[in-house]
Amino acid sequence: MAKDKLVMEIKDFSFTYSGAEEPSLRKINLPVLKNKITAMIGPSGCGKSTLLRAMNRIHDLYPGNKYEGKINLYKEDGTKENILDLKKENDFIKLRQQVGMIFQKPTPFPMSIFDNVAYGLRLSGTKNKSELEGHVEKALKDAAIWKETKDRLKESALGLSGGQQQRLCIARAVALKPRVILFDEPTSALDPLSTGAIEELITELKKELSIMIVTHNMQQASRLSDYTAFMYLGDLAEYNTTEKIFLNPEKKLTEDYITGRFG
Amino acid sequence: MHRLILNKIVLVLSTLSAVIGISFLFWILATLTYKGVSSIHWSTFTNDLVEGGIRNLLVGQFTMAIIASVVAVPIGMMAGIYLREYGHGSKLASVIRNLSDVMMSAPSIVIGVFVFALFVDPFGGYNGWAGIIALAIMMIPIIISTTDNMLSLVPTELREAGMALGGSKHKIILQIVVKAAKVGITTGVLLSFARIIGETAPLLFTSANNQFFTMDLTEQFPSLTVSIYNLATYPDSESRELAWAAAFILTMIVLFINLIGRYAIRNKK
Repeated sequence: MAKDKLVMEIKDFSFTYSGAEEPSLRKINLPVLKNKITAMIGPSGCGKSTLLRAMNRIHDLYPGNKYEGKINLYKEDGTKENILDLKKENDFIKLRQQVGMIFQKPTPFPMSIFDNVAYGLRLSGTKNKSELEGHVEKALKDAAIWKETKDRLKESALGLSGGQQQRLCIARAVALKPRVILFDEPTSALDPLSTGAIEELITELKKELSIMIVTHNMQQASRLSDYTAFMYLGDLAEYNTTEKIFLNPEKKLTEDYITGRFG
Repeated sequence: MHRLILNKIVLVLSTLSAVIGISFLFWILATLTYKGVSSIHWSTFTNDLVEGGIRNLLVGQFTMAIIASVVAVPIGMMAGIYLREYGHGSKLASVIRNLSDVMMSAPSIVIGVFVFALFVDPFGGYNGWAGIIALAIMMIPIIISTTDNMLSLVPTELREAGMALGGSKHKIILQIVVKAAKVGITTGVLLSFARIIGETAPLLFTSANNQFFTMDLTEQFPSLTVSIYNLATYPDSESRELAWAAAFILTMIVLFINLIGRYAIRNKK
């Protein structure tokens, strides 16, 4: 574990939703390692999605939430930045270009397939047409959806199937060359075949970037991830290599959850 | 057994009520068609009111309704965007939303009186602009409510996805959210246009009417609906016939715009 490099690091992090009295997350400490897949598991309402959504500050779409502690993002040169210190919209934009996110339901924008992938690129300042075309093609290839879409780039993205839409969303995120992609139950709305394609894709993406995935599917967590964090009632109950968590967990609680005795 | 009989009774009663309700609509349409079509001649469309036609009235009615829409649609849409996207959960937004709903059910004659006091009396008489203002005031709350409702149907995830790609709030709203709600908003705009094109009360003492063709909005302005109201009260049969013809044509216009709003655009999606 020692030789793996950190890409993000959550330190003593607590989070309280606007208007709530009790924090939803308490003193979380969790590393996100470079070029690894970290899975977050736990029963509904344990705070996994809340934590994930703090990691690119998407919570800030709604005002009044309270953050405590630190979430550090490490840059290529080894320096770190606490993303909880960000205040300006421009800084958020830069953060989200480095830390992308994929949602439970596919979220294609009501525009063409090409424009969907080009959307983030245009926002980050790529205007040149041939450059855009190159990036879009690369992203669609990286997301393993190029073959299905190359002849219909001008068509609406809403005409794609659910699984294709989700891979398009991944292409859209990958196009920005983020350092981390956060997946919030990316396959729970998809059939087994599409799920398989997405899982294969996520494993492939690990070569280029680091991944954090929230999932309710134990098999998915054990198949995909290198590390697993088990969360329970707003606390991080246990974190270790996936092998350890699934074969020999330290806590009884973790074992009970994984074997399906509750949750 | 008892339950089955009750079921039958309710079914018969509700079917009967539906038939009664809809039969009035067909009665009106049938009468209008019967009386209207026979009164329509080629000269109805080529002559102005002074010569027994409605050319200037159609042009006048559309001119006022279109300019009113040009004013009301952007204001209403921006207000709707404010309510749903920016003012979400704020006191001000909920006050505006409630007031706008009250405005929507305000009697149109009251709006006419209000505009008369502000834009007719002080300016020395009836004028086209006053009619436009009255129509725009009627239209704005409808557009606000449509925009607000249609934006509320756009899933939150779409906004979050835009944000996760580094979009700023205004770009996400304009490039993604409004685009996703485009069909619904367009339908709402068309339906509210159909609503104001058939209004009489807000025009009655704002733009009043004009027998002659004019495009000068500082004068009394020709109106189809006000003319129907006037013509129907005249004793001579030519005026009555023209009123029927005008009423039929107006109904067809409103029906047509409604149908476009309800079907054509929705199917395009």
